[in-house]
Amino acid sequence: MKLADLQKIAEHEVDFQRAYKHRINVCCSSGCVPFGALKVLKAFEDAVKEFSVEKDCKVAKTGCVGTCSVGPAVIIEPGDYLYQSVTPERVRETVRDHIVLGLPVKDMLYHSEDFFKKQHRLVLRNAGKIDPSRIEDYIAMGGYSAIVKCLATMTPQGVIYEVTRSGLRGRGGAGFPTGQKWSLVARSHSTPKYIVANLDEGDPGVFANRTLAEADPHAILEGMLIAAYAVGAEKGYIYIRAEYPLAIQTLQKAIVQARAMTLLGDSVLETPFKFDLELRFGAGAFVAGEETAILASVEGRRAMPRPRPPYPANSGLWGKPTLIQNVETLANIPVIIQNGGEWFSKVGTTKCSGTKCFSLTGQINNPGLIEVPMGITLREVVFEIGGGIQNNRPFKAVLVGGPSGGCLPEALLDLPIDYDSLTKVGAIMGSGGIVVIDDQSCMVDTAKFFTDFCVEESCGKCVPCRAGLVKVQEIFNRITTGDGKVEDIAALDKAGNYIKEASLCGLGQTAPNPVLTTLRYFRDEYLEHIVDKKCRAGKCFRNLVKEEEVEDQ
Amino acid sequence: MSAGTVKLKIDNIEVNVPEGTMILEAARANGVVIPTLCDVEGLTAYGGCRMCMVEIHGSPKLFASCVTPVSTGMEIVTQSDKLKEYRKMALQFILSERSHICSVCVANNSCELQKLANELGVDHVQFEREWTSFPVDSTHDFLVLDRNRCILCTRCVRVCDEIEGVHTLDLKLRGKDEQVIVDLDDQWGESTSCTSCRKCAKVCPVGAIYVEGEALSETKDKNVAKFVLSRRNR
Repeated sequence: MKLADLQKIAEHEVDFQRAYKHRINVCCSSGCVPFGALKVLKAFEDAVKEFSVEKDCKVAKTGCVGTCSVGPAVIIEPGDYLYQSVTPERVRETVRDHIVLGLPVKDMLYHSEDFFKKQHRLVLRNAGKIDPSRIEDYIAMGGYSAIVKCLATMTPQGVIYEVTRSGLRGRGGAGFPTGQKWSLVARSHSTPKYIVANLDEGDPGVFANRTLAEADPHAILEGMLIAAYAVGAEKGYIYIRAEYPLAIQTLQKAIVQARAMTLLGDSVLETPFKFDLELRFGAGAFVAGEETAILASVEGRRAMPRPRPPYPANSGLWGKPTLIQNVETLANIPVIIQNGGEWFSKVGTTKCSGTKCFSLTGQINNPGLIEVPMGITLREVVFEIGGGIQNNRPFKAVLVGGPSGGCLPEALLDLPIDYDSLTKVGAIMGSGGIVVIDDQSCMVDTAKFFTDFCVEESCGKCVPCRAGLVKVQEIFNRITTGDGKVEDIAALDKAGNYIKEASLCGLGQTAPNPVLTTLRYFRDEYLEHIVDKKCRAGKCFRNLVKEEEVEDQ
Repeated sequence: MSAGTVKLKIDNIEVNVPEGTMILEAARANGVVIPTLCDVEGLTAYGGCRMCMVEIHGSPKLFASCVTPVSTGMEIVTQSDKLKEYRKMALQFILSERSHICSVCVANNSCELQKLANELGVDHVQFEREWTSFPVDSTHDFLVLDRNRCILCTRCVRVCDEIEGVHTLDLKLRGKDEQVIVDLDDQWGESTSCTSCRKCAKVCPVGAIYVEGEALSETKDKNVAKFVLSRRNR
C-alpha cells in the first residue's frame, strides 16, 4: 500500500458509513461487558433486523465512552444520544422508538449532561465512536494521516520540533518534556534503537490506559510509528499487563491489521522507513510500571528498577538507546502532528499543555473515565463532571494520583490540576487516579490501606521502601487497633520523609505520599485515634473486644 | 587539568578524578569514608542499601554515591545531621526487619552491619522487631544459607553471576518476603550449577552465608571480587 492509498480507504470508508442513517455504538469494553454488553449488542443486531432497518442502521461494537458505572452504555448517532444501563429486554423498545419512530427513550438517557460539558477529548477522541477491531474505522476518522504527513513532508527533526513546541509532557506521571526525551534518543549514536510503550497500569481503581487500548488501539500504534520515525527506532514493544485480556486481544488484532496494510514492517507504506512491534506481557507487579523495571522485564529478567543514570535514552533495552513513553503520551502524538504543536500548546495551561485522562472513582455521583484540559480545578472535576458526592453527603478529601498520590482536603479544591501544583501540595499526577472520599471514610484507614498496598508491591531492592514501609504499616496497625502513641505521629512523619527522599525508584519515593498528606491535612483524625481511641467514620477498632465484654462472659 | 578529569569538592576537600567515576569511588580514592553495605569493589553497583546517600550542594535531593557519577564543580557533603539520622534509620530498619541477634550469630564481631551500627551509634531499635522464620539451607557440604540473617544486599548473587560466572544464586518473591535462592529454588546440596567456590560466603556482609566450621574472620574477604578481576585482567 502506498501513501495515497490511505486517502482512498478513508474516502471509501466515509462513503460507506454515510450510507447508514443511524449508527448504534454499543460499548463492549472491560467496563461494560460484565454488565452484559455483548448480549445487548446481539439484541440490537436482532432488533434492527426485526424492524427491517438494518440497511439504515449500523450496529457497531465500540470502546468506552467513560460512563463506566452505568454500563452497558450505548450511543445512537446522529445526535449522540447516550443510553445508560441498557438491558437486552429494552433494546427492542429502543430501536422501535428511537430509530423507527424517531423518539428517544427518555428514561434511559444518561442522567448527567455535566459529565461531558467540561471534558476535552484529544486522547480519547475516537473512544466510543469507532469499532476498535476495524482499522478502516480509525482511518476514516483521519487515522494514520499523521504518519503519512510525517513520511511525506516532514524530517525526523521537524517531527521532534513540533512535539517540543506542543509542550507535551510525559503522561506516565513524572511529566518529563516529551520533545526533550525524543531529541535525547535521536541524538544518541548507538543503534539499533527501541521504543517501549508503557501500558502497565498497576494502580487499583485506575483504568485509563486500558480503556484507551480497548477503544482506540491504532492511536497508540500510530503514536509509536511517529515516535519511531522521529528518533530512528526500528523495533518497538508494548509492555502491557497480562491482566488486561481484552486490551491485549484488541492490540494484537490491530497489529495484524496494520501489518497487512504495510503500516508496520520492513517498508512502512512502501517508504524506506522500517518499524515493527510486538507485545510483552507484565507479570502482575506494580513496580513493573517503573521505566527501568520495564526494561528488565522486556529483556526477560526480574522486573526490578535500577538506578539512573544511565538513562534509558542512552542505555535502555540491551544497552541500546530506548524511548519509553506512556501510551497516553503516544496517543497525543497524531493529534499534535495533524494540528501542529502550536495548536496543542494552547490547550491546557502555558506550563502544562494538553489534556489528561483521569479515572474518577469513589463516593461520587458520576464515576467513570474523563479527559480534562490541564489547569481545570479539582472542584470542577469533583462537583461538576463528577456530579458531587453520592447521597449529598459532605465532601472530605480527594486522593489524586493513585496509591502513591496525596489526600487533599476541601481547602485545596480550587487547585488547578497540573504537574507542578499537585507536587507542591504533596500529591502527584501519577497514573491519573482520582478517588473522592466522603465523611464515611477514615483518613487514617485510607492511608493505611495504601501503605498496605505499597508494602505488598515493594520489589525489595532498597531498604527504605522494603523495610521502611513495613515499619510504617506496623505503626498504622497499632494506631488503628487502639495501641497508638502520640510519638507515633512524629515517627510516621520522619519515616515517611526518609522513605520519600532515600528510595531508589518512583514507587518508594511516592509511597509515603498518602501518609504524609493525611498527616499534613488531617492530623486531628490521627490524634483522635491515638488519644481518644475513636474513629469518627467507624472504620477502625472494629475487631476489638472491649474488656468489659470479656468479663461479662 | 588534563582532558577527561573532573574537579570537584568532597567535604570541602578539592579532588580530581577521571570522568565517569562514581562519587563513592572518588571519595574513597581521596580518603573520605562513606558508609556502605551493598557495595563491593569489583561488582556492579546495586544501589540498594541507601547507606551511601550524600548531599550535593544546590540540590534538595539526596544521591546514592555508589551510582551517581561525578561532574565538574560538584560540592558534595558526606556527613551532616540529616544524613546521620537517615543512616541510623536505615540501620534500624534493617536490624528490625529480620532476626538479627548478634550474640547468637556466626558473624558476631566480624559483621559489617554490626560494625556500622556501632560506628553510627545505633544503640537501640525504635521500631518493633520482626522475627522471621525463613528456611535455613544447610544441605551443601560446607556452605550454609540462613535467610533470616540476610539483608538482601545481593552481594552473593552478583559475585556468583559476575565473578564466578555461574549464577547459582538469585532472588525470589518481593518486598519483605524477598529471599536468596539456589538455582530454581532448590536445596543447595542438590545444586548442579554451584561450583562451591565460597565467594558468596566471602562477600556476605553478615552471617547469612557462611562456611560451616570456619571462623568468619577467616572467611570474609570483601576484596575477593576486586582480586579476581585484577588477576583476570592481567
